[in-house]
Amino acid sequence: MSNATLVSTTVNGDPVQFACPTDESLMTALRNRVGLTGVKEGCGTGDCGACSVTLDGSLVCSCLVLGVEAEGREVTTVEGLSEGGELHLLQQKFIDHAALQCGICTPGFLVAAKSLLDRNPNPDETEIRYALAGNLCRCTGYDKIVHAVQAAAKEMRGKDKRSKKGR
Amino acid sequence: MGHDQKYVDKKYEVVGERFNRPDGIDKVTGKARYGADASAPGQLVGRVLRSPHAHAQILKINTAKAEKLPGVKSVVTFEDMPDLTGGDQGLADILENCMARGRALYDGHAVAAVAAVDEQTAAQALKLIDVKYKKLPHVTDVDEAMLESAPVIHDRIMTRGVEPAPTKPSNIAARTQMGYGDVDAGFAEADVIIEKTYKTEQTHQGYIEPHACLASVNPDGTAELWVTTQGHFVFRNVCASLLGLDIAKLKVTSSEIGGGFGGKTHVWGEPVALALSRKANRPVKLVMGRDEVFRGTGPTSSTSIDVKMGAKKDGTITAAVAELRYQGGAFPGNWAMLACMTAFACYDIKNNKSIGWDVVVNRPKVAAYRAPSAPMAAFAVESTIDVLAKEIGMKPIDVRLKNVAREGTVAPYGPTYGPIGIEHTLKAVKDHPHMRAKLKKNQGRGVACGFWFNIGGQTCTDLNIGVDGTVNLTLGTVDVGGSRSSMAMIAAEELGIPYEQVRANIADTTSLGHNDMTEGSRGTFSSGMATVFAARDAIGVLKERAAKMWGVPVDDVVWENGQAVATGKGHGNLPPLSLKEIAAKSGRTGGPIAGHNEVVADGAGMGFASHICDVEVDPETGRSTIVRYTVVQDAGKAINPDYVEGQFQGGATQGIGWALNEEYIYGDDGRLQNPGFLDYRIPVCSDLPFIDTTILEVPNPLHPYGVRGVGETSIVPPLAAVGNAIANAAGVRMTHAPMSPPRVLAAIDERDNAG
Repeated sequence: MSNATLVSTTVNGDPVQFACPTDESLMTALRNRVGLTGVKEGCGTGDCGACSVTLDGSLVCSCLVLGVEAEGREVTTVEGLSEGGELHLLQQKFIDHAALQCGICTPGFLVAAKSLLDRNPNPDETEIRYALAGNLCRCTGYDKIVHAVQAAAKEMRGKDKRSKKGR
Repeated sequence: MGHDQKYVDKKYEVVGERFNRPDGIDKVTGKARYGADASAPGQLVGRVLRSPHAHAQILKINTAKAEKLPGVKSVVTFEDMPDLTGGDQGLADILENCMARGRALYDGHAVAAVAAVDEQTAAQALKLIDVKYKKLPHVTDVDEAMLESAPVIHDRIMTRGVEPAPTKPSNIAARTQMGYGDVDAGFAEADVIIEKTYKTEQTHQGYIEPHACLASVNPDGTAELWVTTQGHFVFRNVCASLLGLDIAKLKVTSSEIGGGFGGKTHVWGEPVALALSRKANRPVKLVMGRDEVFRGTGPTSSTSIDVKMGAKKDGTITAAVAELRYQGGAFPGNWAMLACMTAFACYDIKNNKSIGWDVVVNRPKVAAYRAPSAPMAAFAVESTIDVLAKEIGMKPIDVRLKNVAREGTVAPYGPTYGPIGIEHTLKAVKDHPHMRAKLKKNQGRGVACGFWFNIGGQTCTDLNIGVDGTVNLTLGTVDVGGSRSSMAMIAAEELGIPYEQVRANIADTTSLGHNDMTEGSRGTFSSGMATVFAARDAIGVLKERAAKMWGVPVDDVVWENGQAVATGKGHGNLPPLSLKEIAAKSGRTGGPIAGHNEVVADGAGMGFASHICDVEVDPETGRSTIVRYTVVQDAGKAINPDYVEGQFQGGATQGIGWALNEEYIYGDDGRLQNPGFLDYRIPVCSDLPFIDTTILEVPNPLHPYGVRGVGETSIVPPLAAVGNAIANAAGVRMTHAPMSPPRVLAAIDERDNAG
């Protein structure tokens, strides 16, 4: 490994160190050096959003960020969404609403949707659609994804009554 | 044991409910492992060098410098992949498509590959491979490729299906014709005849997960392959043939698959990764970049289609002719033949004829894409029907209903239809509130129909009951969209136990008999059938064990609601034995309890759909926005409606992308100019409204639950539904898909200038 730099960062709340070449993306570093393969590569050019993570709370495509840029910052990936033994409500709603088919885009959508709800707990349909427009899904037509985010937002605001078999 | 596949109407306990999928938690937490998510000790990074030319002779490949680079462990060219195909031209084409043999046939064609200790070294090694090319004339357009003056891509191609047989090679691989009746007589009866020519551009399946695999070959010929695929058994067979491996010694495991839509039914990098691994004697992980997916894997055909249809004033279509020209990329395909089969399949037209031309061009070898070939033919036919309807002054939906195919109609490709749902979908569309929704300025509504065959094929399934009564259902059809939940539901239904008691898994190739690809919308139809039969097998064993436990003849035992019940005279006082109770004693009554089934599932019910689309066209920019969309499709029986709706919505959305934006754009140099998601624009969330769905259930008589395939039909109607809506919104009839803003604007300008 030429030009490797040691990076000290925080990933999903834990202190993490890795060494990576200076031209390596954060996406590749997270996948190959930190072992977080929930960060998906769909394009490597910032067009599909499958590698979405937050960096100090801001939503980014980790393929467009260098690994060395994580130095001293806080990274959150899909692996960091659930706390303890519980799924994050968005994760549960994605399952309940069949908001995934192949599931490769799902980690990116969840990270982007959480970022939206953190900023705006009560988005309307249009706000949800535009907030998720940077994440490509080829299976669902987005219909059930938007419904899942709406349901999660509603329940997070303490209103959801939907119950479902098989949970 | 023989089982009856005939449909039996019954009340379901589990089937038809909306259960959560068994792989859901893994997929929302990032734990699910896809093609690029596996690792092996000592693994190398593989990379592929691709041709920058549309067509070129490869004079020399010098790999010496790359091989000397520290950290490079193997470099392969076609010389490391000798031709073992033994005269099988189809297999030889696959081999040549995986790695160029003396000639690069399209921009992106693989020419060499390396395996190195890391990504940086592999990338550097590619730059050190020196390839001497001699550029050759190329052709990428289907109509141009058919011209006498076009450069001939393969000297071996003599057009099949023409009399007399040609003496000179050309780019036309085959001519197909089908249909029946006398079209000339039919047109003579017509009051109105419409003739139009259409073009559709090449689109890609656009799965978000690029192709990826991890290959490991040992010096003794044993090998393993982890791969994202729609059919690991078929990949095993093809890779073993190409590499000269024994089928039983190549273990292929299908990873979770990040979308396929037909595009992961074909091998590209897998044989190359195996060859790299064999040469290095180390595991090799080969993951494509997005540009490689666009340039080097199989998109669908671009097409050029003539349609002529005649009708009487009462709407009866008296004759229909289509001539369909489909390019299959650099190797012959049968895509135009499929187009001929589907073009008029929704209708009962006394005189019909379809002629297909399969053409080769300097583009990537075409692969299946969701109902392959049908959407383009439907674009042409369904657009023409709207024009025809307008000409005779009828509502398009009434013309469709007037001519609709029914049970007993002879399909243009031969068979006589059994019970089919096209008429049901059209009537449901006619009654749908969407048809009465108010349209605003610059908005228009279009309707179109679609057909897909659906297939059955080879399937093998195991069902094993644990001592605690929980059930492992072992499947060989890759789960591309949630089918594990449907299969577990079917097993639970048959056994009479709760859904949560069944765990469905996809087995690797060493753990189950051969299964064909998950393609042709066959997954739930065929694996569902094998699951029913495997469960019935297991029930037979459960009854035997119960009989043994009771000491009664097995004929006196029936299976009801998840338990064995003794029915004979004198057994009335025996309390029923549950599946759990029987399983707990299995070690003492004959050993493990299992069911098994292998089947060639025949009788896949045809799938029909009708779609309604409302579009708003901006007259200043030509941009079309979908404002409402409804899918009505016959599912036969929806096992898990959540995932049936998902197929309807996903297929419709891919069709909308094709209709409005998606296209391969080639430069004059024959190179692909937009190999990325920025310039090849698939629909995003903010482009779309909610996609409304209606599931109709016209049971398939040849499936125990009446299941039809549902995966593909939904991509067939959208191109024409959108085109018909644009015609009504903007007053321009679009004949070239995608109907992108520049094309629509040009059509509006042309109309205004003419006016």
